[in-house]
Amino acid sequence: MTTLTFPEWRDQPLEQALYHCRELVEDTEFPTVRRWREAGGKVVGHFQVYFPEEIAHAAGLLPFKIRGAPIEPTRADSHFGSYLCSILKTSLELALSGKVPLELFVTHPICDAARNLAGVWGRNFPYPCQILYLPQNANSKHAAEYLRGEYDRLKRTIEEIVGHAVSSHDLRHSLDVYNENRRLLRELYRIKRETPWLLAAEEAYALLAVGGLVPREEHNALLAQVLPQIPGRAAKKQDRIRVVFEGGFCEQPPLDLIRTIGQSCYVVDDDFLIGLRWMLDDVPTAGDPLLSLATAYLENSSYSPVQHDLRKPKEEMLLQRIRASGAEAAIIAAAKMCEPGLEEQVGYTRALDRENIPYFVGEFEESMSSFDQMEIQLQTFVESLLFD
Amino acid sequence: MNQSEIVGRGNRDGARLFREWFEGLTRAAEQNRPAAYVFVMGSLAELLRVFDFPIVFPEINSLQAAVRRVAHEYLNQAEDYGYSPDICGYVKADVAVQLRGGEHPMGRIPKPRIAVLTNACNTYIKWAEIWERMYRIPTFTLDVPGSRQAGGPTWPGQRDFENDRRYVLSQLRELIPRLEEISGIRFDIDRLRETMKHANDMSLAWKRVLDLNRSQPSVFNALSDGTIYLGVSNGFRGSAEGARYFNDLADELAFKADHRIGTLTDERHRLIFVGVPCYPIFRRFSELFTEWGGTFVNSTYLWFASGGTNAGYQYDLSHPLESLAEGLLINVRDAMDSMFFQTQILADMIDNYHADGVVFHPIKSCRTVSTGLADNRRALMKLRDVPTLFIESDMMDRRVVSEAQLKNRVDAFFEGLVARKTTSAISHQPSAVSVSP
Repeated sequence: MTTLTFPEWRDQPLEQALYHCRELVEDTEFPTVRRWREAGGKVVGHFQVYFPEEIAHAAGLLPFKIRGAPIEPTRADSHFGSYLCSILKTSLELALSGKVPLELFVTHPICDAARNLAGVWGRNFPYPCQILYLPQNANSKHAAEYLRGEYDRLKRTIEEIVGHAVSSHDLRHSLDVYNENRRLLRELYRIKRETPWLLAAEEAYALLAVGGLVPREEHNALLAQVLPQIPGRAAKKQDRIRVVFEGGFCEQPPLDLIRTIGQSCYVVDDDFLIGLRWMLDDVPTAGDPLLSLATAYLENSSYSPVQHDLRKPKEEMLLQRIRASGAEAAIIAAAKMCEPGLEEQVGYTRALDRENIPYFVGEFEESMSSFDQMEIQLQTFVESLLFD
Repeated sequence: MNQSEIVGRGNRDGARLFREWFEGLTRAAEQNRPAAYVFVMGSLAELLRVFDFPIVFPEINSLQAAVRRVAHEYLNQAEDYGYSPDICGYVKADVAVQLRGGEHPMGRIPKPRIAVLTNACNTYIKWAEIWERMYRIPTFTLDVPGSRQAGGPTWPGQRDFENDRRYVLSQLRELIPRLEEISGIRFDIDRLRETMKHANDMSLAWKRVLDLNRSQPSVFNALSDGTIYLGVSNGFRGSAEGARYFNDLADELAFKADHRIGTLTDERHRLIFVGVPCYPIFRRFSELFTEWGGTFVNSTYLWFASGGTNAGYQYDLSHPLESLAEGLLINVRDAMDSMFFQTQILADMIDNYHADGVVFHPIKSCRTVSTGLADNRRALMKLRDVPTLFIESDMMDRRVVSEAQLKNRVDAFFEGLVARKTTSAISHQPSAVSVSP
């Protein structure tokens, strides 16, 4: 597919390209989906956190990462009760309002609320609305083989939508495209770690988040043009503390909140949209591509509060992330009403206490628009460290 | 046996069994016996009994704290420890029980040596991670894939079902050596056959119990009596006492049906309950409905909180392990379906149980059960012309329970129901003035 869904950044100087990325990430009209569809393309909407996009990509579909939006859920509100996170409601709102029409919706058993979405969505739309059962016993020797079967089921669903078979050759090509994307995202995060003063926190976030909105070839082209230009920026290192942001695996904080954090901290690593960089390395293209994808999900992947793996105790993983990025402190955030995020805060903060690592605990919501209070609290926290 | 001996036996025996169960847990705690912590949706009691584990259901412990009106003490303690007011109250009450060394209003709870859980509720997994951290014990998540979409369950012989079954069976085979190691008891397949036979008997009787409530008047209240039955079905699954209890219960309810002895003396409204009960004011919550002559003839709670055993699935004892895998897959999936894909299930319940109304009761504590209820209510009202009530509170936290508001809403619902029935009765009466052609 040669459709360009995000042409604005092309042939633009670095600052302009970054500006367009931020604009796209904040655009609640989702123009990339509209352009894709206008060109005759079909779309798979997959809810957070991880989805094997390669399978949809191999079939010629646009895998669109559904992660809510800072909008009022005027239509969706009456489909839910109280005490729920915002992302559930705004995600459904995008579909009910017609802003994001789909051919397939997929959610995952990441939390008790999200797994309900297949039922909710399915009662409101005629297209298939499914749960992809990623294995929740990651330590079973049979998990990879099971997941290979589950991916095959997904592939058959997708084949029905596109009306043709998806070959191993198609899948291997998609693995190549996504491996390149993984390489570029690792490079983006290397820049964040090593020279965070050259790339503002919200710029890095926007460069990442665009990946969930456009075909991965376009994202690769964007990153391939932008990343080599970053070392040439004139910014100087400032007196800010290096932090890891934890708690952005599902609902996303507003860009302005990330900007606020970036004013007093260098965010040297994080779990924003962690599904986009779930695989830590290339997925092998030799052999059975579905099995390779399934094995990589289990054996060579990041961590999040919504995956239980005895080999990856989450507080230990957080400590590793802090150490590997040279961070001095952590921001332990959770989206309002996000049960896994809120539960994890207890384990994280106790481990940080044990290790004497300073941390800042907070809650956010995708639609929040006032950051003054958090800014003051954060500045106080930072000053307490800088002048300690 | 005369009427006074048989009627009410289920509730009396249920209360006795419950006391005995908690006395047993207290003894186990005192003797420091290695306990297995499990959950109601897919407890694996059939397998765990083979290894003589005292079986602890933290959900039931938490529920009991709420029914005994002390939940707030436990919630406060867990919140002081760091847990958010916005997470599951069952989890927090259990955290406090653990922090108190097992102290519980019904006795003492032994510490876990292993936790075995399914993925039927994601909070099970997060909950078990707390014990992992507190006690450094092994946890085992038996991953049971559920239905992928509404109306789409797969069955034995189909490619996707077989993929799921192989996965569940492999996990069971991985679990057994761990149970042997922790308990010091060798796996005995004949003991497994025995516990599965008891589970078969219980499941069959449980299905009979549920079916008997189609009688008019209904023979038990799914909200109040049903909670007692659920306690026994979970705590005694796989045991001879449990099987005997349910056979006796089915006989009692059959007797009541035969003699038209209703759970209410004047049953005026037959209702279906969707969600989890309001345990902090449990008795009063039930009375809000019974005072109007309303009784709950069935509930999704009785389905999912019995781990999906409501369908009466029977294990094939000639292939115990394979059949256990298949049964778990079908039962736990059914439990999940009755939460996530329940619209048709409710429509069928309305038809089969001659229900007059449906009460949706989402709660703050449980997103698993509650997230889809408002949308499901909309869908159900398109399928069936039946009055519904949507009220929110909690199963643990009395801070979000407003009895006055609940009463207002419940009263208005019944007033509407009465008016509707009156209008219907009038419209079906022969007209006083008929015009002949």
